[in-house]
Amino acid sequence: MDKEAIITAENLAGGYATKTLFDQAEFSIKQGEFVAVLGPNGAGKTTLFGLLLGLAQPLKGSLSIFGKAPRRGNPRIGYVPQRHPIDAQMRIEAIQLVRLGIDGNRWGIGLGDQGIEKAFAALKAVGGEELAHQPLGSLSGGELKRIFLAEALVGEPDLLLLDEPLANLDIRRESNFVRLINNIVRSRGVTALLIAHDINPLLPVLDRVLYVANGRITNGKPSEILNSKALTELYGMPVEVVKDSHGRIAVVGMEGPVQHHD
Amino acid sequence: MWQYDFMQHAFEAGTIVAIVAGVIGYFIILRRSSFAAHALSHIGFAGAAGAVLLGINPLFGLMVFTCGGGFAMATLGRKISERDVQIGTVLAFMLGLGVLFINLYSGYATEAYSLLFGEILGVSSTDVLVTLIAGLLLLIVVACIYRPLLFTSLDEDVAEAKGIPTFWIGVLFMLLVAIATSIAVQVVGVLLIFALMVTPAAVAQQIARRPAQGIIISVLIALLATWFGLFVSFYLPYPVSFFITSTTFAIYVVARFLKIS
Repeated sequence: MDKEAIITAENLAGGYATKTLFDQAEFSIKQGEFVAVLGPNGAGKTTLFGLLLGLAQPLKGSLSIFGKAPRRGNPRIGYVPQRHPIDAQMRIEAIQLVRLGIDGNRWGIGLGDQGIEKAFAALKAVGGEELAHQPLGSLSGGELKRIFLAEALVGEPDLLLLDEPLANLDIRRESNFVRLINNIVRSRGVTALLIAHDINPLLPVLDRVLYVANGRITNGKPSEILNSKALTELYGMPVEVVKDSHGRIAVVGMEGPVQHHD
Repeated sequence: MWQYDFMQHAFEAGTIVAIVAGVIGYFIILRRSSFAAHALSHIGFAGAAGAVLLGINPLFGLMVFTCGGGFAMATLGRKISERDVQIGTVLAFMLGLGVLFINLYSGYATEAYSLLFGEILGVSSTDVLVTLIAGLLLLIVVACIYRPLLFTSLDEDVAEAKGIPTFWIGVLFMLLVAIATSIAVQVVGVLLIFALMVTPAAVAQQIARRPAQGIIISVLIALLATWFGLFVSFYLPYPVSFFITSTTFAIYVVARFLKIS
């Protein structure tokens, strides 16, 4: 395996005790890569994140992250789950949540204001410093996404796991957010795995694609994966990748469109 | 007023209960488990009535039943708020059971009355000691798990990925609610528990931007209401619970009004 690889999967199977979602997955991801995790609903994308976070165990095979088996609470990983909206009644200011990303898992009260500066720096890195003292319940969906990203970044992770961070953003905010994540990946040398349904806003910045579908995980450069031949093989049924005049793509198969552009 | 033992005991127990209720109440609001807290006090009613029937201190009956109920709620369902019907069904059954126990005891209405609406002026020195020990224990545990509890309450999925045992934090928290409810029943009774455990914290949640501020405000409101209620009831021939609940209600209404305007 490559020396730079920070995530390596060998013959990996994941899923639940009652159902294997994917099997025989072989892939490796290098430090500093921007990776899109694509595939239909229920194929096992979030399950893969669960394995990387140590929240679930592989059904078979091995998975290593930074040269070790995944474990819960790894400080080198920053995680943004796919989440439910924050209660609109929530009056706690945003920076208090970001700060929990530093020491929220330690016992005790944690006296003093340590961490506030770091939390503020993380907010600044996501362009959210003016949100620091806003109540969480008053923020828009896009603003909350920045807060959650800052919460993941504040511990200075080497790996970011982002579960559908682009969901429910309009086209302009979507492309702004992709640019923001890309800046963080490039300037800090952080590796990012990002689960998405629409590949198009990510195409200009991606290094690699993990395609989770049909019980398998395929990995490669975007051009290697996102073509009619590769996807037809992956799904085991006729699938076509069509491009429009701007280079945007759509995947069309017998199941109906897997990805679409809004 | 202070030359009377019963007034001293009432102030001592009331103060401890107000501090505990203010602290725990803040997290109850944050975790949106106010219905669970309400239900626990009703479950406790059966325990207290059972204890009366057996001739032991009702406070111990309360603790056993609320802790059992709290443990069951925390382990059965992660999202308590989605289990309203199940909790409500058990709650009604427990109230019914309590009624039976009270009836079997002797048919006295006073015991039932004091359990349902609180009888702070009847608190004994043993009760004060038990309340103090339970209160101190509870505050120490909250201080130990403060940051993980806050993290779990605000952002459960990330907290879990960060290695926090969120399930056990949830179980421990429900046990804390159970103990807090048990000692608060002495002051305001089973039916009025909301006034001390939820209302002050709800006001604090609307005002405070930081958790520590919120907890302090919540405690201050609970203390103010309890002291004011005890003070007024010494001079007026009406129940303490009425003055306590009226005070927190008034503060709640003012806070809502200020927020709207």
